Amino acid sequence: MDKCVGLYIHIPFCKAKCYYCDFTSFDNQNEKMAPYVFALCEEIKQYGEILQDRQVDTIFIGGGTPTVLPLALLEKILKNLKENFKIESSFEFTVESNPGTLNKELLYLLKEYRVNRLSMGLQATQNKILKSLGRIHSLEDFYNNYHLARQMGYQNINVDLIFSLPDQTKKEWADTLKYIIKSEPEHISCYSLIIEENSYFGRLKKEGKLKEASDELDRELYHYARKILTENKYHHYEISNFSKKGFESRHNMNCWKYKPYVGMGLGAHSFINGQRYHNSYNLDKYIQSQGKIESIKEEIESIPLTMQYGEYIFLGLRLTEGISIKDFESQFNISFHALFGEKVKKLIEEGLLIKKQDRIQLSLKGLDLANIVFAEFLP
Amino acid sequence: MVLSKQERTRNFCIIAHIDHGKSTLADRIIQKTGLLTEREMQDQILDNMDLERERGITIKSQAVRLVYKAEDGEEYIFNLIDTPGHVDFNYEVSRSLAACEGAVLVVDAAQGIEAQTLANVYLAIEHNLEIVPVINKIDLPSANPENAKREIEDIIGIPAEDAPLISAKMGINIEAVLEKIVKEIPSPQGDENAPLKALIFDSVYDSYKGVIAFIRIKEGKIKKDMRIRMMSTGKEFEVNEVGVFGPGQFIVTNELTAGDVGYITASIKNVKDSRVGDTITDADNPASEPLPGYKKVNPMVYCGMYPADGAKYEDLREALEKLQLNDAALVFEPENSVALGFGFRCGFLGLLHMEIIQERLEREYNLDLVTTAPSVIYKVHKTNDEIIELSNPTDLPDPSEIKYMEEPVVKAEIIVPTEYIGSVMELCQERRGEYIGMDYLEETRAVLTYHLPLNEIIYDFFDALKSRTRGYASFDYELIGYQESDLVKLDILVNREVVDALSFIVHKDKAYERGRKIAEKLKQEIPRHLFEIPIQAAIGNKIIARETISALRKDVLAKCYGGDITRKKKLLEKQKEGKKRMRQIGSVEVPQSAFMSVLKLE
Repeated sequence: MDKCVGLYIHIPFCKAKCYYCDFTSFDNQNEKMAPYVFALCEEIKQYGEILQDRQVDTIFIGGGTPTVLPLALLEKILKNLKENFKIESSFEFTVESNPGTLNKELLYLLKEYRVNRLSMGLQATQNKILKSLGRIHSLEDFYNNYHLARQMGYQNINVDLIFSLPDQTKKEWADTLKYIIKSEPEHISCYSLIIEENSYFGRLKKEGKLKEASDELDRELYHYARKILTENKYHHYEISNFSKKGFESRHNMNCWKYKPYVGMGLGAHSFINGQRYHNSYNLDKYIQSQGKIESIKEEIESIPLTMQYGEYIFLGLRLTEGISIKDFESQFNISFHALFGEKVKKLIEEGLLIKKQDRIQLSLKGLDLANIVFAEFLP
Repeated sequence: MVLSKQERTRNFCIIAHIDHGKSTLADRIIQKTGLLTEREMQDQILDNMDLERERGITIKSQAVRLVYKAEDGEEYIFNLIDTPGHVDFNYEVSRSLAACEGAVLVVDAAQGIEAQTLANVYLAIEHNLEIVPVINKIDLPSANPENAKREIEDIIGIPAEDAPLISAKMGINIEAVLEKIVKEIPSPQGDENAPLKALIFDSVYDSYKGVIAFIRIKEGKIKKDMRIRMMSTGKEFEVNEVGVFGPGQFIVTNELTAGDVGYITASIKNVKDSRVGDTITDADNPASEPLPGYKKVNPMVYCGMYPADGAKYEDLREALEKLQLNDAALVFEPENSVALGFGFRCGFLGLLHMEIIQERLEREYNLDLVTTAPSVIYKVHKTNDEIIELSNPTDLPDPSEIKYMEEPVVKAEIIVPTEYIGSVMELCQERRGEYIGMDYLEETRAVLTYHLPLNEIIYDFFDALKSRTRGYASFDYELIGYQESDLVKLDILVNREVVDALSFIVHKDKAYERGRKIAEKLKQEIPRHLFEIPIQAAIGNKIIARETISALRKDVLAKCYGGDITRKKKLLEKQKEGKKRMRQIGSVEVPQSAFMSVLKLE
């Protein structure tokens, strides 16, 4: 089981930074794309060797906006991945995209390199909202490119949506969901807006200029999405994720099921051999190091056993199916009950957890208050 | 004619309002007397505690001995005794004054006389001190020396025509002050062959020397190895060291004789055994009576102090014990609160004293404290005719056992520009004040006299006064006694459980408003829980105010940040850590800030 590994490739460039985003990505460093890709490919080569005994089962190219790269640079990355890892067609191979950056040539290129899952960040279907988020695309861009991808044979498409946006009405959210349901993507992520301190919204909030949705409204929007999506045959399989049967994101499942993954590129996070670490967040440093993995690794953390228990549980509980006590016990060879019996009992009494035979999962209330549950399991 | 040492001695203090230039003038005097070079001058030698400097007041009195060569060619010994300027330390002020024959009254040429100055001048006059008025800050463009002189004559009733016009800051006309001191302040009296009578006017604890008692010899003499007796307690000690204070240093001498100001050490372990106001006498040849005026100071304001971290209880005890070594007025005893755990009920001379202690505990001893609302001492007359002195609201007996209650009342003098008289009267009215009178100091300023219940001024009266008069009012008070009052105990219930640390005693007419304000404040301070939490204010079984904290609806992170589990984990850990620092009241977790915030309601 441990012989599998997921790969994540980070592309830290965007046409424009979205107002809610604090992720490692730049909208004014285009001249560094080429040297960055050079360094990234060096890193890919090294991991190709390190991981040669491992079976790669998912690849996720994310960002930033991977599709903002010039075709030649994107191809260089794909080529390097192909040369250094054995990519089977049974893989889940995802590329994240902005609907405003897609075109036929690009989609063709991805297809050629066996990318079989396309993730499109739509967020909302109202152009005025898209504008208010600093998005560079319109609904029409999404419509055109979504159907283009379909025509070109992409059979696994994810659409990202955000709710609880400033000034977003219930109707606008409902309209967004209905529109997407009609488009029938295989996978839908519905994220409740997080105001990150280091984002543009975060600065507005600090100045008291951001109108945030109340917790009550947020939960209403969330449960509305849950209801309408499940009614339309989408399986609610993780706090924020919905999919048609069999189309759960395997890459993310890896993370939630405590499987190893390796991140390559600026600020990418890895979890392998019981260690967590991440690459430097400094673009110039990353480029100068020419992808030498030992010189860009930071904050290497060997996870103590008690923390491993906690992580396993809080990640697993993000999935609606929850965790299997049996799986936990075979992973760690210790009694779950002895460790957490009291806590689980209390959380069940509080109505936050449900026990179903061997499994423990979040209740509906627990979905809203998951952090309280998660914190209980940390040492 | 050769003058004796006693005839060449002048013992005096400086009376001034905060910021009117006391410390600056003291520095100038020290400088002019030439004992110190400029380089040796500390900024403000008399204010040697950081805290004092920041607050612009002096906490502990101290004295300095200077030598001045006067115009008549004689060398005079000046003992300049510093006095604390705040009403909380009124008794200490009176003892310092009792060590002097005169007082230099510094009045700001631009601002005139303030309430605090007035109170201290009256105290000085009571002690028969010769008052030497001085008009300071004449360099200011807004200076109006003639007006200041007129105020001194009209209000205090002493001649001010010849008052030196000076600028301590610029060093203008300081010699005139020195000459006035020589000419107008009488030299001390006292027979050096009579049995010893020495007044303790201050007492500090030093970790090397033990207690250092600052004394003024009224009669007789004191020297090393002498057996002395504290007349209030009868405790005896052997003198280790006798000396005087040069600027910034102790100078050991052979003896101190009648009229001298100096210090002694005598292996005294605690300032309690060397109380300010007590008389030291010769154990082998004791005086028949002590000097007049000694009293044991009693705390007027109490509050509970709890370590934020329960494990720091012993540290808090040690810190309080150390502070007490130096502060005979501070009292404390262990106390136990359901909400706050183990702590101490501490008694203080007043609010400022309380704040100073609190600040020192936090700053010097690095303690994080939770403090309960300050309380005065109520007299509870029970139906069985027993009288309880109550300093902790939780100890109030059942209402059925109470015949009536009394609360302490103070006489307050507020000096205020006339345009603010209305708003100050309104404030005093709101605080249940009884109007006693008003006098105009001049056309634009008046002194208002009120009787006010002490419990109305211990929370935030001074702040309210400042804000309603844009900082122009000054205020002073003294305890005048107790009066019967319609008092009730207000309890605060969180999720239907009484939080003992939040209970307080309040006048019946004020209970509703305070209860409502506290409930509102707690609603903001207590985080949402999984369940709805009622916050209630109650008198006995009667709920008089209620707020509700609605149940927590959302606490979930939507996203996992591209495999960055560490970031998420840190967030969860922070959440967990925050919970640990909260106080558990029943099933409700209350942050410490909640306890503190209800102390400041306006």
